[in-house]
Amino acid sequence: MDSKNTTLIKRTPLFNDHLKLNAKMVEFAGWEMPIQYSQLKEEHHNVRTHVGLFDVSHMGEIRFKGPKALESLQWLTTNDISKLKAGEAQYSLLPNHEGGLVDDIIVYCIEENANYLVCVNAANKDKDFSWMLANNKGADISDESDSWGQIAIQGPKAFSLLKDVFSDDFSTIGTFKFKLIKYKNETVIVATTGYTGEKGAEVFVPTALTSTLWNELLEKGKPYHVLPIGLGARDTLRTEMKYSLYGHEINDHSNAYEADLGWVVKPTSKEFIAKDIITSKKGSGMSRRLIGFKMKDKGIPRQGYQLYSATDELIGIVTSGTHSPTLDEPIGIGYLKIADSEIGNHFFVEIRGRKVKAEVVATPFVKK
Amino acid sequence: MAFRIPEDYYYTKEHEWAQVDENIVTVGITEFAQSQLGEVVYVELPEEGQKVSQNQSFGVVESVKAVSDLYSPVSGTVIEVNTSLTDDPASLNDDPMNDGWLVRIEMDSEKELANLMRAPEYKKLIADK
Repeated sequence: MDSKNTTLIKRTPLFNDHLKLNAKMVEFAGWEMPIQYSQLKEEHHNVRTHVGLFDVSHMGEIRFKGPKALESLQWLTTNDISKLKAGEAQYSLLPNHEGGLVDDIIVYCIEENANYLVCVNAANKDKDFSWMLANNKGADISDESDSWGQIAIQGPKAFSLLKDVFSDDFSTIGTFKFKLIKYKNETVIVATTGYTGEKGAEVFVPTALTSTLWNELLEKGKPYHVLPIGLGARDTLRTEMKYSLYGHEINDHSNAYEADLGWVVKPTSKEFIAKDIITSKKGSGMSRRLIGFKMKDKGIPRQGYQLYSATDELIGIVTSGTHSPTLDEPIGIGYLKIADSEIGNHFFVEIRGRKVKAEVVATPFVKK
Repeated sequence: MAFRIPEDYYYTKEHEWAQVDENIVTVGITEFAQSQLGEVVYVELPEEGQKVSQNQSFGVVESVKAVSDLYSPVSGTVIEVNTSLTDDPASLNDDPMNDGWLVRIEMDSEKELANLMRAPEYKKLIADK
């Protein structure tokens, strides 16, 4: 037997709560996670119109502390952390030595120059932690993932629900900000971040308190029509916003500029791993670009489907595709050769041997 | 949940049903299959006149999340296709046993029916899921 298969599948602090809610559980990134509770479309619409709760406790949390915390993070990431003040968060990337991406992350500045929390993808957590240790410039780095649960509250009613639970207003602080507040005498981090395009927050809560908070959110969310939301709707919601998902849009070989993430690369502000290799693909160096598209004829694009020009030249690949519940039509994300990537350009998606016409469109697919 | 599993139908292990009327076989997906798929948003079916083989894929249904192949219960020739499903895929969720039928096949050999499950065996299969 393959030793990998004997690794225990991990459970979040909300595992028993998911079972009580009759969630359909699946393995995702080494974790046993809810893929849906009711129906994917219903959950999706509930986030766009009311509010939804997501168990994101599988995400990893890595702490950087000490006088070298900032210097180490600046070297490890592409965005400029020196600009961050306490209470501010930032989307960023971890490049590898070849200019590809180890992961995409969010950095939370707890205390300037001294204390940062980095939220990483569940599937990449161990890889990221090893990478950070191997390329550390003197920070005190620790993996706190087992200490934290994480719940995302997303939707037009999210801030109303948060106010009822925490007696604090998060609607006025702007996005990518956070507050440390007390909940049941413990410190929780309420950050105005998310993965749906809706208003809302992601709350870092001590493991032992995660179920308490989850159930209080469900109870106090009743007047707001709250629902628990599975990974299925989490994926369709992020796809409608063209947010990258590691393993789909980006991986160890992706260039940040080609992935349309040049806005979090700050080569003029600082030095970082593989800076020259990454920036060599900026502008005219780019050979392909991540784009959004819609189908002109019937068919649903899926990850891995190949993209062809009118002259049958292979010009790209689908990274994510689904039937958009909000728009009620198929949408896709993929890489296309630069020459074919202009908005309005027509091309063909190969679906089970058939070439189905598609068109490059502006993104996000759903305007918020 | 109780699924309708008519006694006089045949079933595949991939959850298609087959209703046999002399040499004409009407094919659909079971209520169990429908419940597992979630909302169907796309259906791809063969053309009339196309040859199909037992246990081979003859089309696909897609939910928001996934692509699932449709497997033919018998070998033969497609003589009728439920084209209304192409325009209204969700009707497959509403009524998979009747309005949601997929194709009618003129089968080559009745002997192949022996390879299919009958209702008691199929009930046992989905009870184990």
